[in-house]
Amino acid sequence: MSTRTKPEGKRPTRRAVVKGAAVTLGAAAFAKAVSPVAEFAEGLTVEQFLRRHYKELSEDDKREVLARIERDTEAEYGAACKVADPPPLPGVKFAYAINLSKCNGNGKCVEACHRENNHDRDTNQSYIRVLELEKGSMDLEKGNTTYDHAVPAEGKDYLPVQCQQCDAPPCTAVCPVEATWKEPDGIVVVDYDWCIGCRYCEAACPYHARRFNWKKPTIPADEVNPDQGLLSNRIRPQGVMEKCHFCLHRTREGRLPACAEACPTGARVFGNVADPASELRWILANKRVFVLKEELGTKPSFFYFFDD
Amino acid sequence: MAVLAGVPLAIGLSAWSGGGSVRADEVPAEAAAAGVRFPVRVNRPSGPPRVLVDTEGVPPGTTVACSTCHATRPPDRTNARTDDLDEFHQGLVVRHGDSTCLACHDPTDYDRLRRADGRPVAFEDVMDLCGQCHGPQRRDWRHGAHGGTTGYWDLTRGPRTRNHCVDCHDPHAPAFPRMRPTFKPIDRFLTPDAESHE
Repeated sequence: MSTRTKPEGKRPTRRAVVKGAAVTLGAAAFAKAVSPVAEFAEGLTVEQFLRRHYKELSEDDKREVLARIERDTEAEYGAACKVADPPPLPGVKFAYAINLSKCNGNGKCVEACHRENNHDRDTNQSYIRVLELEKGSMDLEKGNTTYDHAVPAEGKDYLPVQCQQCDAPPCTAVCPVEATWKEPDGIVVVDYDWCIGCRYCEAACPYHARRFNWKKPTIPADEVNPDQGLLSNRIRPQGVMEKCHFCLHRTREGRLPACAEACPTGARVFGNVADPASELRWILANKRVFVLKEELGTKPSFFYFFDD
Repeated sequence: MAVLAGVPLAIGLSAWSGGGSVRADEVPAEAAAAGVRFPVRVNRPSGPPRVLVDTEGVPPGTTVACSTCHATRPPDRTNARTDDLDEFHQGLVVRHGDSTCLACHDPTDYDRLRRADGRPVAFEDVMDLCGQCHGPQRRDWRHGAHGGTTGYWDLTRGPRTRNHCVDCHDPHAPAFPRMRPTFKPIDRFLTPDAESHE
């Protein structure tokens, strides 16, 4: 930094003019240089391409990004929406517990997730899978998600699986561009504008909890959920990964996730596991609790329990 | 109506939660925690049920209170089940252990219920009645581990609504009904035919 005092006011200094021109020309030239990208990846604007990593965004940058997504959503889906970026809450560590004695496999959580999180309508995409397993079996590989009969069926158990928000997440470690990471409140998020779609994380996840957007999601304008989060349910572009984010646009505002509210059997319990008075802590202390694939050392923030 | 406490009951409930008063605090445990600003609202029946009258000469949709008929008809305590009845309530399916009508309904006032020891329970407070046999469920409910919840996990930011027993369980046939899944994922891996590769 120069210690010289610059003349304030009307006339810009020569230095400022040159610098400004260089920045403008530089940006224009760069935009020109990367313009083939626009053809290669349809729908990717230069503005999007030039965006910084989520963690490097200033408040102003972020405002621009949120406004840009709102504009794009309006233009592409014909739906007005509000995209926010609620920060993690201090002193909060989110966790989930599912009562497998109660879950009957009705799949209302799957549907609620689908609608809440602006998933592709064509493929009935959802962050949740409910596996139908042979009673007493915990063989996830033999689970069936497409059962279509009255539930609970004789001799079957049901196991809803979504992102386990691991404390030692294998998925974030393998990301070559740091487009996915674990937030202080325990939620593993994806920066959809940073993800290059290599799908390493999908392969790394032992719970099959990550999804790839094979196509641009189709959602009728009147079904778009306008309450959106930058790292959660804003409509994802084609070619990027996505995953359950514990509905952070809701839960960081204190609300329950959509799947918890939708469960007609009351099997889903969500809350702040850092709060000793929370329902979760009572369940962890008083119920038969287990985590999926404990032997892998992923340390899930997602628990399953039984009555009695 | 504490005088009813000594009335012998013809009931054979399989799970008896001990004698004496089983009344427990109905406030959910999380609502009792300090620093709570927003309420936990517990659903409850609005009052005694109304019974649809399907008789000639009565306008359709007319409902009456239970006491409308029962006030003029002395209870027959030998009627244990709906099969025993000669008229009214015959089609009512009761699959609730070996419970008889008067295990829960109060023969001295059909607009309310009664506990096993005879003390009356208002329909609004039906959870007190269920909880005397279903203690573990009641305990779990109090700790948020039984029954659906909507609203805010964080009560410093907003209110919460809790289901109560009869929201999900028909008191006459309380087993949770089977359901038909209405939404199925089109799973690319388990149903390879479901998605054609263009």
